[in-house]
Amino acid sequence: MKIKSTEEFKALQTQISNSRDPEKPCITVCAGTGCIAYGADKLVDKFKAEIEEAGLQEKIDIRSTGCHGFCEQGPVVVIHPKKIFYRRVGLDDAAEVIQKTVLNGEVLDRLLYADPISGEKITYEDDVPFYKKQMRLVFGMNGNIDPTSLEDYLAIGGYGALAKALDGMKPEGVIEEVKKANLRGRGGGGFPAGWKWDSTRNAEGTPKYVICNADEGDPGAYMDRSLLEGNPHSVLEGMIIGAYAIGSNQGYIYVRNEYPLAVKNVSIAIEKGRDLGLLGDNILGSGFSFDITIIRGGGAFVCGESSALFASIEGRVGEPRAKYIHGTDKGLYDKPTNLNNVETWANVPLIINKGADWYQSIGTENSKGTKIFSLVGKINNTGLVEIPMGMTLREVIEDIGGGILKGRKFKAVQTGGPSGGCIPEEFLDMKIDFDELTEIGSMMGSGGMIVMDDRTCMVDVARYFLKFLEGESCGKCVPCREGVRRMREILDDICEGRGREGDVELLESMSQGVIDGALCALGSTASNPVMSTIKYFRNEYDAHIRDKKCPAGVCKELIRYTIDAEKCTGCRACARVCPAECISGEKKQPHVIDQERCVKCGSCLDTCKFDAVLVE
Amino acid sequence: MSRGGLGMNEANSVEKIEIEVKNIVEKYNSNKSFLVPILQDVQSKLNYLPKEALDALSFHLSIPVSRIYEVATFYKAFSLEPRGRHQLSLCMGTACYVRGAALIESNIERVLGIKAGETTPDLEFSFETVNCLGACALGPILVVDGEYHGQMNVSKTNKLFKKLGKDVETDED
Amino acid sequence: MINLVIDDKKIQAEEGATILQAARNNGIEIPTLCYHDELTASGACRLCSVEIKKGKRTRIVTSCIYQVEEGLVVNTRSERVLNVRRLVLQLLMARCPGAELVREIAEKEGVEPQTRFHPDEDKGKCILCRKCVEVCEQVVGVSAIGFSYRGAEKMVGPPFMESSQTCIGCGACAYVCPTGHITMEERGDERIIWDRHFKMAKCTVCGKKFAPEDQLKYISETTGVSYDTLTTCVDCR
Repeated sequence: MKIKSTEEFKALQTQISNSRDPEKPCITVCAGTGCIAYGADKLVDKFKAEIEEAGLQEKIDIRSTGCHGFCEQGPVVVIHPKKIFYRRVGLDDAAEVIQKTVLNGEVLDRLLYADPISGEKITYEDDVPFYKKQMRLVFGMNGNIDPTSLEDYLAIGGYGALAKALDGMKPEGVIEEVKKANLRGRGGGGFPAGWKWDSTRNAEGTPKYVICNADEGDPGAYMDRSLLEGNPHSVLEGMIIGAYAIGSNQGYIYVRNEYPLAVKNVSIAIEKGRDLGLLGDNILGSGFSFDITIIRGGGAFVCGESSALFASIEGRVGEPRAKYIHGTDKGLYDKPTNLNNVETWANVPLIINKGADWYQSIGTENSKGTKIFSLVGKINNTGLVEIPMGMTLREVIEDIGGGILKGRKFKAVQTGGPSGGCIPEEFLDMKIDFDELTEIGSMMGSGGMIVMDDRTCMVDVARYFLKFLEGESCGKCVPCREGVRRMREILDDICEGRGREGDVELLESMSQGVIDGALCALGSTASNPVMSTIKYFRNEYDAHIRDKKCPAGVCKELIRYTIDAEKCTGCRACARVCPAECISGEKKQPHVIDQERCVKCGSCLDTCKFDAVLVE
Repeated sequence: MSRGGLGMNEANSVEKIEIEVKNIVEKYNSNKSFLVPILQDVQSKLNYLPKEALDALSFHLSIPVSRIYEVATFYKAFSLEPRGRHQLSLCMGTACYVRGAALIESNIERVLGIKAGETTPDLEFSFETVNCLGACALGPILVVDGEYHGQMNVSKTNKLFKKLGKDVETDED
Repeated sequence: MINLVIDDKKIQAEEGATILQAARNNGIEIPTLCYHDELTASGACRLCSVEIKKGKRTRIVTSCIYQVEEGLVVNTRSERVLNVRRLVLQLLMARCPGAELVREIAEKEGVEPQTRFHPDEDKGKCILCRKCVEVCEQVVGVSAIGFSYRGAEKMVGPPFMESSQTCIGCGACAYVCPTGHITMEERGDERIIWDRHFKMAKCTVCGKKFAPEDQLKYISETTGVSYDTLTTCVDCR
């Protein structure tokens, strides 16, 4: 049943909103990929079964939603309307949650989040420290909608921005608003979206294409996936508005192959959008037509680069080409193409709804709005966080992240993925801002924020990123194909005790050649992790090269596993799992590792329940 | 073992390959741009991409075999070798890496006797390292036949192998 | 005509010309490896990199692709350019220690091998200049050989590295290969290339074995000229 005008649309939206009772109890269960790995889909089924058994289908709603962000505490269940926050909810808890909390208003202490320092139990979602300092404008809607339900999205005001744009705004007006808001690309480049839209609109040639880059490849970053899984309509709405502004009738969403749930939920969203007339011919009677095709990637990080992405959609290998001519002039099929990241598109409805002035009120001088980060690594509160630009790294890591795992010491935070850099402690009070991050040798990137502690070897981290890029290099140009692997070989030498005096200087000189010579951004930013770790953690490089030691206790060839005779109980658990059979001793007597035969696999360290295995 | 030989088992006869390929190409209207999704669908049906499938695709899509081979070898999603009964995927995203995924990788390589990206000769296990799966709170993650196993370490991995019928020492012994 | 400056020399070039073409037409030498007049420039080797200045902004670009612009200032030997050139040559010498051509260019540019790079033993003389694949696709039109894999594992050859039935034995790839990595052997009345033996056709006039039968068959199929007409060699026509 297609809607034929914006009036009809507004009427439908009002009707849906009115039909919803905000006071009706609703159990929302986070069912993002992370929580599903914890068994969330089984939990949803259990709740449904319990509700049915008790005959309460009319009284209690159950909603499976997208990611709530607090991945460390999954499965997450939020009871509306009060938004009571339960974490680590198990199948056995379902019946009690319904009986005690939903029906009787009784809170189950054991399922509440406890403040790690005070021990105080926190009842409501907004009071949980993880959420308190966040500004969840884009991501926050996930908890209120079932991603497969278009009605849920309409109920929270969804597609209102599209109606506003089609109804009262000219395409140029939409572009002006986005320009004024200074929305900068959230995929890593930080390029002003409004200017890109403008260039595409003014470029010669038809048809024009609009693309959503969902090839999120930075290891440790999964914001885009969670947005697509949890609120696909927000991305679609942004794209339709953008296409209207630019004058495009055909859009693509290029999704990473490894995101099956995202592909599924976006497909459902597109189909339902088409059915209602929000996609397809003559959208809301405006005369504007636009449709979207989903393309799955083949498994290549380089396809996140725009020209490689275009090649992939065209059925070719993801080899980038020189960008002397911009994609906005000659992109997909050599036609004007506007490519933006998932999160960038999701910001558009907000800007159109609330206006550029409102958007400008959030953030710093040159970085407006909010940014979603994946806060992962050696951090207590692993998850997805959305903060206003300008918040400090310290606030994110300590107040929202809850500090370092196992109480260890903070060492560095890596932002910008393989194109970014490591930021040490001295910069913890810097403001999160596109330009400030670039100035200290890192970058905003897509939003990965990997926290590292004193047991992370920074030289090994540099090697890890080079190895990653080596495997993802398309192989077309010499500086990247050959240069990155030679740098990785030198890093291997350093980590494995074969480092030489002069290696650091060689890495530095090679890196300038790679930055200048590489054909695309994969190559030209490849040396960032190496350069930033050399800049801020030179002492670790020196220790590896001169002393053949790994201060963090990570690099296998430079460490030894030993057994603390005082703590060892002689239980032989380690000896049994040792693949080299190099642990010996009498039963109930302290055991010893034969250093000649030890392969440094770490099995003993994993197994020992008495903390008797040491790494030095 | 010859590459063509393994494609010629009961499951994947030349006739079957021809029919599957033809159907899939038709589903995409023989549109050359859809080469990557077409290859994904073909691999889904045949477990991997046998040489005969590439030849059939070349014929039905009017694309030179060299180009199809280029695409099939460029993208990680594709395998030109038969894949094992059990698929093990170890996440090597940064978060999992700093939580010790590399140690798990060497352990799996040692237990199975193969390197990441390979399949055991008895076709029981395929092992690959994959880019970030985006479930970082559970890291390190090992996906076994589509099922996510979180907070893995070396000893948990060995216990898992035991469950899958692989002979290995665990600390329960 | 477009006015630009290359190495302090005022130059005029046609619109649509590349910096490389403009430079060569004016006696300014820029080294290249993957460039070929008859093939689309890929910008793969980066050896022809130059530094350009537009207004205040300077940038390193490949001269084989970048088109001339009014008022452009080009430097073909700046420090950044020489650094890129040195790196590219050192990397290629380490990849293909047996490739004479690379050594010659390196010597001319005053670049020594980087001893810290362990020389490869498995890449032969292939510097992945892409010319063989391009000529087979763009000029010959059969695409018998292509690329496979990616990164440092990228290689050229027939699919599965097995002899290709699409190959017509014309030898264009061997002819265009700058390092001699692709070998073509004439033995008896056969030509051997890419592991395939091609029976050579004899000229009906002079008897010289001048082209593989498969090549003539292909030309006949695509042009409509009869096979018999084609079996007269170029000298005898």
